[in-house]
Formats: sequence, C-alpha cells, structure tokens
Amino acid sequence: MLLPAPIQDLIDAFSRLPGIGPKTASRLTFYLLRAPENLSVDLAEALQVLKSGTGFCQRCYNITAAERIECEVCSDDERDKSVLCVVEEPLDVLALERTGGFRGRYHVLQGALSPIEGIGPDDLKIRELVARLQSEEIREIILATNPSMEGDATAMYLRQQLAPLGVRITRLARGLPMGGDLEYADQNTLLRALAGRQEMDN
Amino acid sequence: MPPQERSTRAEGVILRHSDLGEADRLLTIFTRELGKVRVLAKGVRKARSRKAGHVEPFTQAQLQLAHGRDLLILTQAESVAGFAALREDLVLLGYASYVIELLDRSTYEEESNRALYDLLVRTLTRLNRGDDPNLATRYYELRLLDFAGFRPQLFNCAQCESEIQPEDQFFSASRGGVLCPRCGGREPETRPISLHALKYLRHFQRSSYREAGRAAITTAQYQEMENLMQYYLTYTLERGLNSPAFLRRVRRENGKIS
Repeated sequence: MLLPAPIQDLIDAFSRLPGIGPKTASRLTFYLLRAPENLSVDLAEALQVLKSGTGFCQRCYNITAAERIECEVCSDDERDKSVLCVVEEPLDVLALERTGGFRGRYHVLQGALSPIEGIGPDDLKIRELVARLQSEEIREIILATNPSMEGDATAMYLRQQLAPLGVRITRLARGLPMGGDLEYADQNTLLRALAGRQEMDN
Repeated sequence: MPPQERSTRAEGVILRHSDLGEADRLLTIFTRELGKVRVLAKGVRKARSRKAGHVEPFTQAQLQLAHGRDLLILTQAESVAGFAALREDLVLLGYASYVIELLDRSTYEEESNRALYDLLVRTLTRLNRGDDPNLATRYYELRLLDFAGFRPQLFNCAQCESEIQPEDQFFSASRGGVLCPRCGGREPETRPISLHALKYLRHFQRSSYREAGRAAITTAQYQEMENLMQYYLTYTLERGLNSPAFLRRVRRENGKIS
C-alpha cells in the first residue's frame, strides 16, 4: 500500500532515531495522525528550538540555553569555585546535581577516551580544562568519569596532564552499589571496595 | 537449519562494547567455543547490574548465552581474569587496546579458533603481569599473522626465492616478506630492514615465547620491528588501526613527565 508522502516522510524520519524500527515508526506516526492537533504542534515546536535554543556553556561545556554565555551552575555565585568536578556527559551533571551533595562547579569533557574507537585527547574538552586550571583559582579536581575502561583511561590521562599543575586530584570512590550483592560483585570492584574501606564512625 | 540449543556456555574475552537503548550494551566477544560473536547484554549500564563488572572490555569471563531472535543474549557472566593492571596504567592500557583491536580486525564473526583464543589470553596475561610490552606485543603480532594466513616470508627472498644472506635487506608488504638487496632495489613500495631487526623477527617467528624473551633486543631495534610490523599490518588489514596513535601519544607524554 502506498502511503501519502507526509505520512511516509514522518515514518522515515522516526526510523532514523536510535531504537526505533519501521514498526514503531509507523505506530508513532499513526498515533500522531489521530491525536489532537496540539500534540503534534507542541512536538514540532519543541523540535524546532531544540538545536537553535541550546548551546554550550563557555566555561564548563555543559548544555545550556542558547542566550546564556555561562550555564546556571557556573553563573551561580553561591557555588564553590575552588572545586571542579570533571564528567563525561551533560547527563552526568544532572545525576550529580540530583544528589544535592556537590556544591562546586563542573567541567564536561563531551566524551571519554577510547583507544580502539580512535577517540583521542584532542576530541575531548581537555585543553579547555587545562586552560581553566591556569586561569581560575582551583584547589581540587574531582575526576567523575564512568567506572569503565574508557572512563578509567580518561581519568588516568587527566591525572597525567594535570599533575604538573599542582592541584589536588581525586577520583570518585569505587565499590559496591546500594542494594548490591557481594556474591555477584566482580573481582575488580571487590578489590577496590576492600582497598577503599572506611572506618565505621559512630 | 539444525535445531539449536536454547542456551550455550562459552568462555570469552570482551573486545569492545557500545551502548544500546536505555541501559543495554552490545558486546563484541572473542569466545573459545564460538569464535567472535556479538552479544546483547541487557541492563548492564545500571549501577546495580550483576553482570556489568564482568563484561568490561579486556575481561576474560565465563558466559551463559541464550539464542535470541537475531542476537545472542547474555544471561550470566562471571569473570575469570579481570587483568586489573591493564586498567591502571595508561601505557599498558594502550598496549592492551592494540592487542584487542588487532584481534578484532583480523577475525570474522563466528569462526572458532582455539589456538588464537589461547594466544590472546596468554598475551593479555603477559602484559598484565608486567612482561616487557615490546616482547609480548611483537611476539603476538607474528603468531597472529600465522593464524590469519599472512605469515611473512623472512627466510627466502619473496621475489626470487634465493636464501636471505646476513646483510641489510628490504621488506615488501605487497610481496609479503623480505626481498634480497637485488630484488628490493627494483620494487617501488619497500621498506629497508636492518640485519638485526630481521634476525629478531625470524627468531620470534620460529621460537617459543620463553626463547624469544632471552634475546637481548635494544629499544631502537624494537622500534624498527614495531614500525615494520605496523607497515605490514596496515597493508594486510587494508586500513590503519586506531590504537597505535593513542599508544604512541601516551608513551611520549609518559616519558616527558617521569
């Protein structure tokens, strides 16, 4: 059956998205076709401003509104300017902010090193991080890259690059997750949990 | 198609991973039993996943795999060797990445090769326990080329077949081996190879790892062997690898600081 061009176009556009196959794409398209008009209008408007309405913070490279030069965290005078938390992606900032336990500022690398995929230091915001260390008064750098091979590689590389600048460098602790199970922990995690054990203070 | 078991046990080394969907990952695993396979690991990006730590790249693990509609699905994983030292040193991580990438690029999916699997595990073990990475990596390359069917000809001229004399020669990737000075001078695409580099490459090609380790090879000689193997591998794989650039960079920057 031949579909009218507007329908086929939307199906094609949807199926280019990750995790959406041809069936899901047609289901979404026909849902929108039958749904009240304002649903598609809202969606269209949101899509339209997605790219034009956002930009990168010129200090930490987090995603921010296009009209801002610095993101909300960087321009907040209440935050501790001497502690910098280095993360891979903007979503990691969101996760840390949700904890409410960090009052410093961030630096978003926009990825992690991956020797095999060919993602090298120049593909990340590392030079920008070094420049920040030289221009800002920073006491401590918290390396909060993912506890994965790529995240560890990135953390080790940053340590090597930042060590000569004489700043305190820390890495997020690695250990057992909440609600976890010792039996299922891998050796690397267990070893680190043992090495990083803490005094029980009451 | 013959009826398949619904679930298979396999032992494998995780070569690479890529994110898929909400919390899943697509793994490329070189298994002893099934060769290189792609496996869907569900939920491993969640912090509480029981499998995540066991299926990080470079890990050797026991796996339980179910046959999904078009992919194998990981149901259980238990690491055998985590090779922790390879994750705690940038230069070693570079070498391990190179070993893994080279294996990934020179194998096809679902072609089992136990000898190659053993070679991979032994090489990672050697790097992890602190052997000279030059020795472990060059030895690995020559063995891998044997398995891949690209064993370089190092004893006779690849052109005129005359026996190679103890003198400086040429090496041609397209001819797949050494050329005597007479033939080498006429070929357009060749690299010079010193007497020493040739001697050690030959030694590695026909010796056990233990014997190879006894040779007193200088850094400069290893460097020449490395450059030559890079030239040959880039030709046989038809394109360059990503990890050598990373490795060169971290080795250089590491030397600068310490």
